[in-house]
Amino acid sequence: MTAEELKSAILEQFPGITIGEGGEFPELLVAPDQFKPLMSKLRFDKTYVFDFLSCLTCVDWKTHLTMVYHLVSRKHRMTIVVKCQLADVAQPETDTVSDIWKTANFHEREVYDLFGVRFNGHPDLRRILLDENWEGYPLRKNYKDENMIEL
Amino acid sequence: MNLLEENTVTEDGQFVINIGPQHPSTHGVLHLKAWLDGETIQKLQPHLGYIHRSIEKMSERLSYRNFIYATSRMDYLSAHINNQACALAVEKGLQIQAPPRAQAIRVLLAELTRLSSHQLWWGCTGLDLGAVTPFFYAFREREAIMDIMEETCGARLTQNFCVPGGVMYDVHPNFVSRVRDIIKQVREKFKEYDEILTGNVIFENRTKGVGYISAEDVISYGVTGPAARGSGVSCDVRKWFPYDGYEQLDFNEILADGGDCYARYMVRMEEMKQSANIIEQLIDNLPEGDFQAKSKTLLKLPKGEFYQRVETARGELGVYIVSEGGATPYRIKYRSPNFSNLSALEEMTIGSKIGDLMAIMSTLDLVIPDIDR
Amino acid sequence: MERTIFLTISFSSIAASVHQWLSNAIHADIGVKVIELVIVGVCLLLFLVPLCFFLGYMERKVAAFMQMRLGPNRVGPKGSLQIVADTVKLLMKEGLTPAASDRFLFNMAPMIVVVASMLVMAPIAFAKDFQIWDISIGVLYVSSISSLAVIGILMAGWSSYNKYSLLGAMRSGAQIVSYELSVGLSLISIVILAGSLRMSDIVMSQQDGWWIFKGHIPAIISFVIFLIASTAEINRAPFDLAEAEQELTAGFHTEYSGMKFAMFLLAEYINLFVVSAIAATLFLGGWMPFHIGHWQTFNQVMDLIPSSIWFMGKTFFIIFIIMQFRWTFPRLRIDQLLTLEWKYLLPISMLNTLLVTCMAIFGWHF
Repeated sequence: MTAEELKSAILEQFPGITIGEGGEFPELLVAPDQFKPLMSKLRFDKTYVFDFLSCLTCVDWKTHLTMVYHLVSRKHRMTIVVKCQLADVAQPETDTVSDIWKTANFHEREVYDLFGVRFNGHPDLRRILLDENWEGYPLRKNYKDENMIEL
Repeated sequence: MNLLEENTVTEDGQFVINIGPQHPSTHGVLHLKAWLDGETIQKLQPHLGYIHRSIEKMSERLSYRNFIYATSRMDYLSAHINNQACALAVEKGLQIQAPPRAQAIRVLLAELTRLSSHQLWWGCTGLDLGAVTPFFYAFREREAIMDIMEETCGARLTQNFCVPGGVMYDVHPNFVSRVRDIIKQVREKFKEYDEILTGNVIFENRTKGVGYISAEDVISYGVTGPAARGSGVSCDVRKWFPYDGYEQLDFNEILADGGDCYARYMVRMEEMKQSANIIEQLIDNLPEGDFQAKSKTLLKLPKGEFYQRVETARGELGVYIVSEGGATPYRIKYRSPNFSNLSALEEMTIGSKIGDLMAIMSTLDLVIPDIDR
Repeated sequence: MERTIFLTISFSSIAASVHQWLSNAIHADIGVKVIELVIVGVCLLLFLVPLCFFLGYMERKVAAFMQMRLGPNRVGPKGSLQIVADTVKLLMKEGLTPAASDRFLFNMAPMIVVVASMLVMAPIAFAKDFQIWDISIGVLYVSSISSLAVIGILMAGWSSYNKYSLLGAMRSGAQIVSYELSVGLSLISIVILAGSLRMSDIVMSQQDGWWIFKGHIPAIISFVIFLIASTAEINRAPFDLAEAEQELTAGFHTEYSGMKFAMFLLAEYINLFVVSAIAATLFLGGWMPFHIGHWQTFNQVMDLIPSSIWFMGKTFFIIFIIMQFRWTFPRLRIDQLLTLEWKYLLPISMLNTLLVTCMAIFGWHF
């Protein structure tokens, strides 16, 4: 299956998705309500089988947050990127994928720890790298700490 | 941390003990909380963050030439390979390619790093299981490799030799002959390694059948590297998504299908031999030419995202750079192999004894600074 | 058969002359006995402490040469005073007693362990006619007194009020109690061949050859089982799960520091010496020189070497073997350790005892 076939197949089933162009891998930009169905489909549908979640992260664009998922299909040797924009900057939340890929358990805890994104349905959402009593989410662009020195 | 007696024995008689963060066997500062029923582990919870240095946040203020040097401290046993990943990611953004000589030098140093990392792993596996002598034998060869690194790169552990576009300087004139000598020496010593540990009955009893993880779980937990190949899952980035000229080299991806500690152990022992093969192929045919592609002093990546993956000694390292066109990255994310490998630890350990936990952790080969970044 | 030993000054003649002088000086029998007890006690201590220094030094040097390093070589000539320096350091450390621990048991435990190991020295024959107490049930005495050390270990683990110590002590207790069976059965095979429990009888029965040669296959099997089981008895690698650093800090002696910790180490080395001495006495002839049957001239030549040198040589040979185990093998897990004993060593020992009995009845030994 080539990238083109993948794009057309996805657009057929999920018409609301935009396909990003120009990057190294095919990029799917999905709205938050269609996010979980799309991820399930990508993982469990026999034509795609994106069984390896390579990287799960978040980027803070100040006006919104973008969740970025790199998925690899071992059957087709293909990598795609799935992005989901979270508009609520103060209390961002999205669905968990830890029931689809078990590796997401730790990765989502890290994103919660550093960005403050809450994952609905996560079995054990608590801080992983920082202390339990830490306040604030350090990797956000508006994070301020009394130890930081402004240049 | 609550030290009261009420918190250490639960209602159904499980004993809670803390392993680490200061422990001879955890290969770094890792705190594991284990719920024991007698000697059997019922639940295992890792607590991370003791060596979290916020490398990702720091990199947002460093230039594209500088952020590479912070990554040597992540998985310090594959420091050169980390640097190579970052340099390749920046090259992807700038759309330049390193000249063949630079690629060959990077691959040579990467395989030497992998070899020395696996040797340290072998010594520490013996040490964790109670055999003290392999540690000294492993360090004998490792010292020789470190000396080669010091002569060429200037540092033994955190080499910082890669730059976007190639390597910093050309190799030292002694490099080729010293590498030839060390490979000859190392090949003889492989037999010694097998004699002392692999064939030992006590060692086999402690690693066979211990820490089993199935192939589906391996893929789901995102385990990569020799830990995954020990369960028969093929995932070597050098074969799947080759970089830096690996597609032209002749080497095998080692798979074992036991899924237990012994299989992972044998995978790493064979990988050492494959690394020696690669080094032999390259050392005789180093291409001539530049050691660095021309690039500006102040690098600015165009707006966009760039993802580069490499195979470190422990698995797939991914470097994800988001750039807004400035001189510093907007966001860098390191997909570290040990983070995902650690998430599979509980799965492998439930139902085993504490002695098995040491065997499992040593064959999983975790380096904690890579987990915490 | 008469054996002439050319050396006129031997340990036994010194002991005999001291006894003679004391009997002449003090006419009360009980007084002589008490003074001799004191002398023996002091001599034993004077022997044991330098012995432990030497064993510690030997261990570190043997380990170093097996690991391609040099070992201690700074303190004293060729590093020989290193252990003395370490002992002085240990003695000067603060002896902490955890607040919640049971004081009495905590302080008693190391003493019980050391006393139990020292008591076993009594029936060992260091040279011809040179034993502290040639009790008629020598072998039984050795086997039973050495078991008392378990009490000390369990006391140490329990009274420390520490989860790790408790786990270590319980593992150790299970290990020692299990391996005593194999040790006992291998000792019994030599007792059957020699026909007596008394140590001096056993040594004299090896006049025409050591039991390991005379008893051929069953004796060799017994010897191997004895070596393995007694390495487990003294908590040495590869059976040192109780004090394994890499697993649970230091096991039953986690909470001990200073002088009490030094006593545990002392006990370990004394046990090592005692176990090797017993093996040397029962299987390798003790102080008896290497004799081959009835080759008169050969035997007389062998007799030229003093008996104490024979004894020490054999003991240190076995100590060397036991030390090599430690630096070669990985450690066994506790359930593998117990499986080894109950499923392998014990049945083999029992079959071997049967074999030895048949051998003794039918006279199949040399």
